[in-house]
Amino acid sequence: MALLEVKDLVTEFHTEDGVAKALDNVSFTLERGKVLGIVGESGSGKSVTAFSLMNLVDKPGKIAGGEILFNGDNLRLASAKRWSELRGDRIAMVFQDPMMSLNPVMRVGAQLGETVAIHNKLPKAEVERRVFEALKRVGIPAPLERMRAYPHELSGGMRQRVAIANAIINKPDLIIADEPTTALDVTIQAQILYEMKHLARQTGTALIWITHDISVVKDLADDLCVMYAGRIIERGAVADVIRDPQHPYTRGLIDSLPHAENHGKRLYSIPGATPPLLSLPPGCSFAPRCSRAQSTCNATPPVFKLESREHRCFFPLG
Amino acid sequence: MKMMMNDIETPALSAASAHHETLVAPPETPMHLLLRRYFKSRIGTVAAVLLVLLIIVAIAAPLIAPQDPYDLATVSIMEAEHAPGTTSSDNKITYLLGTDGAGRDMLSAILYGLRISLGIGVTSALVALVIGTCIGLISAYFGGKVDALLMRIVDVQLSVPTILVALVLLAVLGQGVDKTLMALVLVQWAIFARNVRGSALVERSKEYIEAAVGQGLPARRIMFRHVLPNCMAPLIVTTTNQMANAITLEATMSFLGIGLPQTKPSLGLLISNGFDYMLSNQYWISVFPGIALVLLVVSVSLVGDQLRIVLNPKLDA
Repeated sequence: MALLEVKDLVTEFHTEDGVAKALDNVSFTLERGKVLGIVGESGSGKSVTAFSLMNLVDKPGKIAGGEILFNGDNLRLASAKRWSELRGDRIAMVFQDPMMSLNPVMRVGAQLGETVAIHNKLPKAEVERRVFEALKRVGIPAPLERMRAYPHELSGGMRQRVAIANAIINKPDLIIADEPTTALDVTIQAQILYEMKHLARQTGTALIWITHDISVVKDLADDLCVMYAGRIIERGAVADVIRDPQHPYTRGLIDSLPHAENHGKRLYSIPGATPPLLSLPPGCSFAPRCSRAQSTCNATPPVFKLESREHRCFFPLG
Repeated sequence: MKMMMNDIETPALSAASAHHETLVAPPETPMHLLLRRYFKSRIGTVAAVLLVLLIIVAIAAPLIAPQDPYDLATVSIMEAEHAPGTTSSDNKITYLLGTDGAGRDMLSAILYGLRISLGIGVTSALVALVIGTCIGLISAYFGGKVDALLMRIVDVQLSVPTILVALVLLAVLGQGVDKTLMALVLVQWAIFARNVRGSALVERSKEYIEAAVGQGLPARRIMFRHVLPNCMAPLIVTTTNQMANAITLEATMSFLGIGLPQTKPSLGLLISNGFDYMLSNQYWISVFPGIALVLLVVSVSLVGDQLRIVLNPKLDA
């Protein structure tokens, strides 16, 4: 049984101007200990996917349909109490901005200790030992000192490490990381990516890594989902998708990456812009930007499956 | 990269016990910074010193007052209406601020009155703070119908003039320390509730609260351990200002004769008692308690204003 199985998940935002379908029949599975990358532009529904999986979608948004099976348990039916048992213990999340995701007036040790103590009845010394271990595991030097520090006394990279320590501290089955390295500079990003991969392997934690940068997940993920306007338009093993993309949008994303051999030349960019969710084109939402589009594309493309790969395009590449 | 990290880590860890303080201690704690900024202002400093003095004097009143103004054995009607500076007939005490119509030493009466005024002002503001904070936090955290209901009650409460509410309430309940306190809390809680709700709404939308929900923390813990501590700055300012307001309001009610009973003469009651003597040129019975009241209220307000400046997050840069 897969650790996480998402089936036809729909999340809608009911605004005054109409209903925005932020997630449109999103389906994927994630095996225990594997890493799933989700890539897409701003507004493609990556973060909404993360928040939906954590049941953190705030008004006016709500999950309107589908199933989230976690260890075979349908989380759509879970009570608030069950959710507070799961969050931070079995499913943890790392947020985008490390400057904002830590409480500014609480010491680092106290914040991490809270996550441990709320889910486990443990003596204080044991809680502190676990906090120490977690900080050490994410590569924070002198964890004892850092435990007594306030978030503002730490650098951005350190803070994100603290946030990651907070996510791994209870050895969850699943960590959802929502662009955790976007706010950091490239060297810190590389360190954190390396360490996350390492940690996931050590603890057998499955990881969902959300990013807009396909090069970030290239070496990290096992599987890759490409999202566009609320739909997963291509899914498969990371190496396959990157070597041989089937959806024209995925091809476009890969072509817009900078390469050493293209030094000095203009970078490729996909013409046009993401359509606003409130006025999506009928059928395939990428059709207006797509050079291969024909009149067939005015119908919603179904999921085409071939072995381990799937895509939503009437006229796939390759 | 991992190797490098470990290299740094090991010496830092082993050195930790030896150089504990040098590694940890930030150059300046937030409290230090706050105090340094506060005492940069001359007015703020003067007000704080004055307030501390008044508080000390009020607390120590039984020890430093020349006379116990409530002890009928020591108060003699024969000593009534002595001018400031007169010595008592038995030469035991000098009435520095004169005596009132019942022969009480004004200085002693003021010291005891200060105690009552300050006590009632502070207590009522703190009780209102606790009630208002809980209601404001609940309103902000749960939102929706709960929020709408609570905030409409607050709106109604705030749309009626405070003095009117207090007057009506005391007219119905009658005089007494407990009743005055109740009236003061009733007119103040709504201000705290609205204030806390505003700050809490801002904090609630921040990512660290979402992260706290994502940690699986229960609502009550998030409200009191995460949202509330981040709303402290505006709350401290409101509390100080409300203390000044409560003191003034209590004095007003006592002056009007509906607040505290004669057995518990606050500054307002002392002013009221001396008011009858103003026309017969015995100004001291009314004016000195008045000056004490002004000093108290102004110092509390000025401390509040200076705190507002110091705690303003926009000044952080």
